[in-house]
Amino acid sequence: MSSKRKKESPESDGSTRASNFPDEVLERVLGPVKSHKDRSSVSLVCKDWYNAERWSRTHVFIGNCYSVSPEIVTRRFPNIRSVTLKGKPRFSDFNLVPPNWGADIQNWLVLFATKYPCLEELRLKRMTVTDESLEFLALSFPNFKALSLLSCDGFSTDGLAAIATHCKNLVELDIQENDIDDKSGGWLSCFPETFTSLEILNFANLNSDVNFDFLERLISTFSQDLTANQCSELESAFNNCKNLRTLSGLWEATALFLPVLYPACSNLTFLNLSYAALQSSELAKLLAHCPNLRRLWVLDTVEDKGLEAVGLNCPLLEELRVFPADPFDNEIIHGVTESGFVAVSYGCRRLHYVLYFCRQMTNAAVATVVQNCPDFTHFRLCIMTPHQPDYLTDEPMDEAFGAVVKTCTKLQRLAVSGLLTDLTFEYIGKYAKNLETLSVAFAGSSDWGMRCVLDGCPKLRKLEIRDCPFGNAALLSGLGKYESMRSLWMSACKVTMNACRLLARQMPRLNVEVMKDEESDDSQADKVYVYRSVSGPRRDAPPFVLTL
Amino acid sequence: MSMPLEHDYIGFSESVPSMEISGRSSERSSTGSRLNLKATELRLGLPGSESPERDEDDCGVEDKNGFQLGVLKCLVSGAKRGFSDAIDGAAGKWVYSGSGGSETELGKSGNLFSPRAINAGKTLAGSECNNQPKGVAVATVEDGIPQSPKPLHEKKPQVSAPAAKAQVVGWPPIRSFRKNSMASHPPKTDDDAEKMGSGCLYIKVSMDGAPYLRKVDLKTCGSYMDLSSALEKMFGCFTIGQCGSPGAPSRDGLSESRLMDLLHGSEYVLTYEDKDCDWMLVGDVPWEMFTETCRRLRIMKSSEAIGLAPRAMEKCKSRN
Repeated sequence: MSSKRKKESPESDGSTRASNFPDEVLERVLGPVKSHKDRSSVSLVCKDWYNAERWSRTHVFIGNCYSVSPEIVTRRFPNIRSVTLKGKPRFSDFNLVPPNWGADIQNWLVLFATKYPCLEELRLKRMTVTDESLEFLALSFPNFKALSLLSCDGFSTDGLAAIATHCKNLVELDIQENDIDDKSGGWLSCFPETFTSLEILNFANLNSDVNFDFLERLISTFSQDLTANQCSELESAFNNCKNLRTLSGLWEATALFLPVLYPACSNLTFLNLSYAALQSSELAKLLAHCPNLRRLWVLDTVEDKGLEAVGLNCPLLEELRVFPADPFDNEIIHGVTESGFVAVSYGCRRLHYVLYFCRQMTNAAVATVVQNCPDFTHFRLCIMTPHQPDYLTDEPMDEAFGAVVKTCTKLQRLAVSGLLTDLTFEYIGKYAKNLETLSVAFAGSSDWGMRCVLDGCPKLRKLEIRDCPFGNAALLSGLGKYESMRSLWMSACKVTMNACRLLARQMPRLNVEVMKDEESDDSQADKVYVYRSVSGPRRDAPPFVLTL
Repeated sequence: MSMPLEHDYIGFSESVPSMEISGRSSERSSTGSRLNLKATELRLGLPGSESPERDEDDCGVEDKNGFQLGVLKCLVSGAKRGFSDAIDGAAGKWVYSGSGGSETELGKSGNLFSPRAINAGKTLAGSECNNQPKGVAVATVEDGIPQSPKPLHEKKPQVSAPAAKAQVVGWPPIRSFRKNSMASHPPKTDDDAEKMGSGCLYIKVSMDGAPYLRKVDLKTCGSYMDLSSALEKMFGCFTIGQCGSPGAPSRDGLSESRLMDLLHGSEYVLTYEDKDCDWMLVGDVPWEMFTETCRRLRIMKSSEAIGLAPRAMEKCKSRN
């Protein structure tokens, strides 16, 4: 049941109609337009199209929950069935944002319950979600089908139990990498015995007691996606899972257990081993059975040898993420190096997404990698020691990222690391014309670096910077830019409160928020978060968030 | 392009190219630097010499290395003061190995007397990562401390060397969830390295109040005696035992009981976490059994170990 649009008189907007299509036809025509970018374009054509678009839109994507209010959203889009909301700045994942900062879903849910009773899908990222909110959700939307919580906090397995209990039509439950209070218990068993609709169940991160009979029943009905906590119990289930496409959550993978997976792997396209400390030989044996792999997440325990096996066995690989098993251990001498990276690039020419944590890298290796794989859209390299130069030449890593931006013309997302001067940012500004997201830490020499990026990257949407020598001149050089961006984050840089106030004054449609650290003097703006908003300053800001 | 000015740890290039201490420090203080480094440093010193408002000329040896580490603003006051408190309390109990042992260790790793490190102990309330040494108390040796004759500036910390590394909040950028998961499901390499045939059995050792974890290879220790010498080498500068305990002050010929004697009645006890995640006193079981069940070691302050009996079921959460 969707809201009915009231017929408007042809002269209501004071202009003659461009076409004679009835509104309903235009809406039908626009219905299949799915991408929110396309829809935004459609809505700008003319008033008729704006209206047709807003009535026909069923999914809304809100990249920053504070850029718009729930009231504005529900007023503009009456027929929404699916909502994606993102909350906190990304650096909150790394403890740079104090708790209770905000991004609470509750106000949104309350309004949705009234305006979108037919809501079916909710996908949240970096939002605060309480158990009460989950219960409210479960009880308020009888058609609710899909819940995805990524990197959220504030809830416990009790909230999940409420979902399992009350959402009779649930098809997808995706709970990943959240800060959950895992009370274990049997939240899973809150799903009714006769539950058959669930297709996607991803709770890899929980230590919940798993009723394996129940899980096996679920699995046997899965056609496509599966994750599970203790796969060792599911041997028989796996034998029946020929259609498995994704597999993750393998905590306890041991050499004995992995062969159990082999029969299920031939159609695997996504394998998430990032919680399983595999050795290179185990990975190699497993990958021999996964010729169709497109996406692979591993721990660096597999080392370079393991990555060589990736290059040899997975020619279709498009995405690789290598996480550090022991990121804080200063004495570790294991992990992956530049040679593993290069090995993958020789074997996997279609690679376009990489997240790579390492302890050493060279400019030459990165240049080779992008020469082999020029189609990178996402290049996130984390050399784990700040300011670390090319370990062979002792030079800054400028040329590495220069090679990336020069060669990978489709680059959308870049994270830089290592010892970097302003030259890196000159390169980025000059060449990265499709860059949308840039993450910078412990890099740069002066304001000039940041200015190069702000001046040079026309598609920049998100810029997050920490611990760099960029100051007021850099911040203010972006005055004209920030409204075209989603957000800017600068922490532990050289920005002052006065500059932030100036920015706020000059740009009333930006929210300029500062969080100060204890023990810092009054003039410094320790953490700055700038974002465009049509709903004005936050009304729910906690005391430690200063809105300028 | 010219090489950048040397950066301090958090990426600020100092306007003064040379890293001479006095020049820079006075520049810092004269400009009333917002970094307010002094107030946020933790310093290792004799009791009473640890006041945050230290004088410029007390700059320690580390500055000779030109490795001025800046200080993150989110520095702690709380969590890692414990370290200097421990030293404070142990005023009379400082044991320097005097001769080669601990110096060699120092010389090798430079760990214990690194230049001023960022104290990143201030954890925002919320997820505690059990396995992560959160903060690194500054271990700058002031001149007043009786120290080994080996000059500290021989250790040359490089930016890229792990020796001088301290922990920074939120770095490397890994989600708390993932950090916590790895903590509760430690990578196999720790425990099962033996099964993998690599021939080492590295066990993490933490000492209450010490700034970093160390690792000891149980395979290279054949007995509790070897273990205690190894630990003493690693942590000797913080003291494992006081030589004033009844009996000979000599540390030669340590036996199991001697280790226990040393620990007994001193500031610290040696405990380990077994495969059932229970914390036990070291020394109760035969060595072979110990190596099979020990997951990690902790040199715990005696005051915290009260009630920790052999085979006790009390769980001691790692303070990391």
